[in-house]
Amino acid sequence: MFVSILFFIFSFLILASALLVITSKNPVNSVIFLIFSFFNAAGIFLIAGAEFLALIMLIVYVGAVAVLFLFVVMMLDLNFEELNKKTNFVKTGIITAGILIAEMIVLFVYYPEEQSFIINKNNELNSLTNTEIIGSKIYTEHFYHFQIAGLILLVAMIGAIVLTLRHRDNVRRQDISSQVSRDQEKNVELKDITFEESE
Amino acid sequence: MEYILSILFIFLQSFLVIFAVLMMAYLGIYGERKLWAAVQLRRGPNIVGPFGLLQPVADFLKLLLKEPIIPDKANKVIFVMAPLVTCFVALSAWAVVPFAENWVVADINVGILYIFAISSLGVYGIILGGWASNSKYPFMGAMRSAAQMVSYEVSIGFVIITVLLCVGSLNLTDIVLAQKKIWFFIPLFPMFIIFFVSALAETNRPPFDLPEAEAELVAGYQVEYSSSFFLLYFLGELAATFLMCAMITILFLGGWLPPFDIYPLNVIPGVVWFMLKVAFIFFMFGMVKALIPRYRYDQLMRLGWKVFLPISLFWVVLTASVLFIFDLAP
Repeated sequence: MFVSILFFIFSFLILASALLVITSKNPVNSVIFLIFSFFNAAGIFLIAGAEFLALIMLIVYVGAVAVLFLFVVMMLDLNFEELNKKTNFVKTGIITAGILIAEMIVLFVYYPEEQSFIINKNNELNSLTNTEIIGSKIYTEHFYHFQIAGLILLVAMIGAIVLTLRHRDNVRRQDISSQVSRDQEKNVELKDITFEESE
Repeated sequence: MEYILSILFIFLQSFLVIFAVLMMAYLGIYGERKLWAAVQLRRGPNIVGPFGLLQPVADFLKLLLKEPIIPDKANKVIFVMAPLVTCFVALSAWAVVPFAENWVVADINVGILYIFAISSLGVYGIILGGWASNSKYPFMGAMRSAAQMVSYEVSIGFVIITVLLCVGSLNLTDIVLAQKKIWFFIPLFPMFIIFFVSALAETNRPPFDLPEAEAELVAGYQVEYSSSFFLLYFLGELAATFLMCAMITILFLGGWLPPFDIYPLNVIPGVVWFMLKVAFIFFMFGMVKALIPRYRYDQLMRLGWKVFLPISLFWVVLTASVLFIFDLAP
C-alpha cells in the first residue's frame, strides 16, 4: 500500500518534471527539472528494491552527466527570442515516441514468460544482495556484452578527445618533469673572470 | 503504534546526529582559527567568552541578524535554493556514518555508494549559486568548482574501489570491521594520500580553494551571498569537510576501532576513538591550509587527471592482482 502510493508519487513527479523539461523557456530550468526527474527515477529503483542501481543512477547521471549538462547550458550564449519561436521538432518527437511505445509493447506483451526480465522472487539468488547479483551476472554470463559496451565507450571517449584536441605551438606550457630534472651541473656554468687592470 | 514509535525513534536519532555534526562544526571552526593563529604566531579569537570559546556563537548570531540581500538581476528561486542544497546535501550524508558499532541511523547495504553519491551532489549548491547570482566572479567560481569536483571524484571513486576490493562489502560497518587486523592506511598507503588530497579538492578546501580564491575572484561563488544564506554555505562546507574526515577515518583509519586491542585502550568507547580520528584528520586539513599556498588552476587539473588518475587506476589493478594471486580476497 505504502509502496504503491510512493510509486505513484514518484512516477507522477517524473512525468511532470519531464514535461517541464521540454516546456520551460529557460534551458537552465530545463536541466534542473531533468535532474529532478533523475532523482525520482532513482526513487523508483529504490522502492523496487534495487538500491545499487538507484545509487549508480545518482552518481552517474546526477553527479556527473547532469553537472556537465548544466555546465554547458550555462556557458551557451542564448538568444531567448530565438528560443521562444515555435520549433518543428513535433514530427520527429512523435515518431521517436511511437517507436519507444512500440518497443515497450513488444517487451511487455510479446516477451516469452520464461525469459522474463522481471526477477523471480523465489530465485536462489535472493539470498545475495543486489550488488553481488549484478556483479556475478555481468562478469560471468554477460562478460562479452560488458566488454563490448566498455569498448564502445572507449571509442567514444577517444573520438571526443581527437575532435577537441588542438595543439597550439605558441602557447607556453609547464613541463614539470623538465623543471624538476634541472640540476646544477647542466644549468649553472662557472666561469673564471680575470679582472683586467684598467689604467 | 509500534510503527509510529520507530519513526519517532529515527527522528530522534537524526536530530542527535545533526546536533553532533553542528557541534563538530562549532568546535571545528574555533579550533581551526586557533590553529591558524598558532601557526602564524597570533592569539586567534580570545575576547568572547573564556579563551574566545563563544566566538563562533557571536559570529553565528551576527550573520543571522544581518539583512539578507538578494541581487536585483539574480534568479531569485535558484539563488535562495542553492545554499539550502549545499547544507541539505552535506547533512543528509551523515545518515549512514557509523559513529561506533551499531551507532548509525541507517545501516544500509550500499552505504559507501550513498556517501559517494550524496557528496557528488554537493557541486550543485555551488554551481547553481554561482549561476543564479548573475555576476561575473560567482559564475567563474562556479565553473571552476564544477570542473574541479567532477575531476577529483574520479580518483576518489578508484580509491573507494580499492578499499572495497579488500573488504568485499559496500556496508560501512563491514568496512570498519574488516580493519580489525590492520588499518587499511598501512597496506594502501598511497591510496590514503590520494584520498586525503582528493578530499581537500572535493570540499574546495585550501590549497584547492580556487572556486573562492580571494586573490582572483573576490570570494568566488559566494560573492553575492550575505547573512543566513552565507551561513548556510559556510555550515554546508564545514559539514562536508567533516564528512570527508569521517570517510577517511572509516576507509583507512579503522573507524571506531582502537589502535591496539589491548586492555586500557579497548575499554574506551568506540565513539571516542572515532571522534579522535576525525579530529586528527581535521587538524591535518587545518595544517594544510596554514602551510601550503594555493594551487594554480592548470596545476590542479594536471594533478587530478595526470597524476592521481593513473596512480589510483594502477593501484586498483595491483590490489586486485595481489588479492587474487595470494588468495586473500574476501
